[in-house]
Amino acid sequence: MPGIPAAPAVRLERATVRFVSERGAVTALDRVSVEIPAGGFVTLLGPSGCGKSTLLRLIADLVPATEGQVTVLGGTPASARATRQLGFVFQDSTLLPWRSALANVRLPLEVGPRKGETAGRRTPGELLRLVGLGGREAALPHELSGGMRQRVAIARALVTEPRLLLMDEPFGALDEITRDSLNEELLRIWQETVTTIVFVTHSIPEAVFLSQQVLVLATNPGRVRELVDCALPYPRPVGIRETTAFVRVAARLRALLETC
Amino acid sequence: MAVLDRVDAPASPARATGAARRRRPWRDRLPPVVAALGLLAAWQLGAWAFGLPIYIAPTPIQVARTLVTELPVLLRNFGPTAVESLIGFLIGNTVAILVAVVFVHSKRLEAAFYPIAVFINTIPVLAKAPILVLIFGLGMTSKIVIAAFICFFPTLANMVRGLQSVNPPSLELMRVLSASRAEVFWKLRVPSSLPFLFSALKIASTTSVLGAIVGEWIGADLGLGALIIEATHNFRSPLLYATIFLASGWAVVFFAVIGFFERRVVTWKPGEAP
Repeated sequence: MPGIPAAPAVRLERATVRFVSERGAVTALDRVSVEIPAGGFVTLLGPSGCGKSTLLRLIADLVPATEGQVTVLGGTPASARATRQLGFVFQDSTLLPWRSALANVRLPLEVGPRKGETAGRRTPGELLRLVGLGGREAALPHELSGGMRQRVAIARALVTEPRLLLMDEPFGALDEITRDSLNEELLRIWQETVTTIVFVTHSIPEAVFLSQQVLVLATNPGRVRELVDCALPYPRPVGIRETTAFVRVAARLRALLETC
Repeated sequence: MAVLDRVDAPASPARATGAARRRRPWRDRLPPVVAALGLLAAWQLGAWAFGLPIYIAPTPIQVARTLVTELPVLLRNFGPTAVESLIGFLIGNTVAILVAVVFVHSKRLEAAFYPIAVFINTIPVLAKAPILVLIFGLGMTSKIVIAAFICFFPTLANMVRGLQSVNPPSLELMRVLSASRAEVFWKLRVPSSLPFLFSALKIASTTSVLGAIVGEWIGADLGLGALIIEATHNFRSPLLYATIFLASGWAVVFFAVIGFFERRVVTWKPGEAP
């Protein structure tokens, strides 16, 4: 992971996204240029409407770039998606309600151009244990709590062994206690799976706790405000939130957000 | 049920009451049984008290006796009706499901033919039935077609809605996974539509019996519908009531069988997107 000079996982050059809505054209992202290092953990932080979700969807090939260049894992976003190198975790878990936890994790292996390929070193069952849901394989989504459903969604995103994991406010709907414990687990999973993670949040503590770098976005139109380093050592214990270094980074982010 | 028992913490209050209901079924089933018996008793007592002639209002006891004495006649007429409603049900729903699949894949075909389906549905079955009997004759075929027609529209409407009921984030998930159109259809649209399909099938299970009987009214030698007409014209009221009882009983059994399969298939909570 760290220390390996490699091509960036994601590279955006003056990427612009414009939508046509009823109120006319809206510029969601305006000439965003950024590089996300391979193996890195980068968080997109900003107020509502700053285009952080749009930026994530641009990388995932869910929205096209109106202008500019987007390179994902050395190719286009579409090629990265088609070769199954992307994992995506949505804000609501989007589990299929008729499938058990295990069958939901298995879904990516049953669809798409490379289905049936048992490329993953980890089986769906192992991934459920990795996210702390061993023993709940047969449970249907409505029998699981919100936090457990997000764990299933993370296991599902990991089953294709993606080189790039995109997470769109995955813990936004959870209570703070659940969110803190899932944050810790996510860091553990990140270090075990060696993927690049791009994470969207509007929580400053979550951003500081998780990431190596925080990309602060400004609104109207969505654009890059600043890329902030979080030079805190890993592994990060829960208590790191009370350290001066942590508080200093958080304060800097808050100051930046106030001027967005 | 075994799955539910292993759950340590209840995820929702609705499930907890569901489990409680399963543990004491008699307490929930008792009120309707008592109410039905009470109504039958009141009917029996009323018929005695007012001395109503048997051809105007037979008592429950007379109807029950007729059910036994006329059983061979009833069963001979029950057979065709059961077969007509069953085959009509299968044909009507199969065609409706296939048309719904076509509509969901082609907006143009849906726009062209959906209004026609709505128009045909607005024609009352009593008006449709004579036309179909003229076309398909007095045999069972015309009744099967009428039963199929009556099932067709509710299933078509529900199935179209069901296949389109997929929530947008699930479609985005399938896109991220590069799923093909066929995979999205089989893995996402079809399962999403099942709760809608079963609601429609439950409606169709009772209306298909209605369709077969209406068809038999127009013209048939055998069938519960023919027996209803014959019993009415001959003032054989106990036989009329017994026939109605048999027809309703068949519809209820049909409905219960569909409900049984529904509980087996739709194990999740529809309408809730976790």
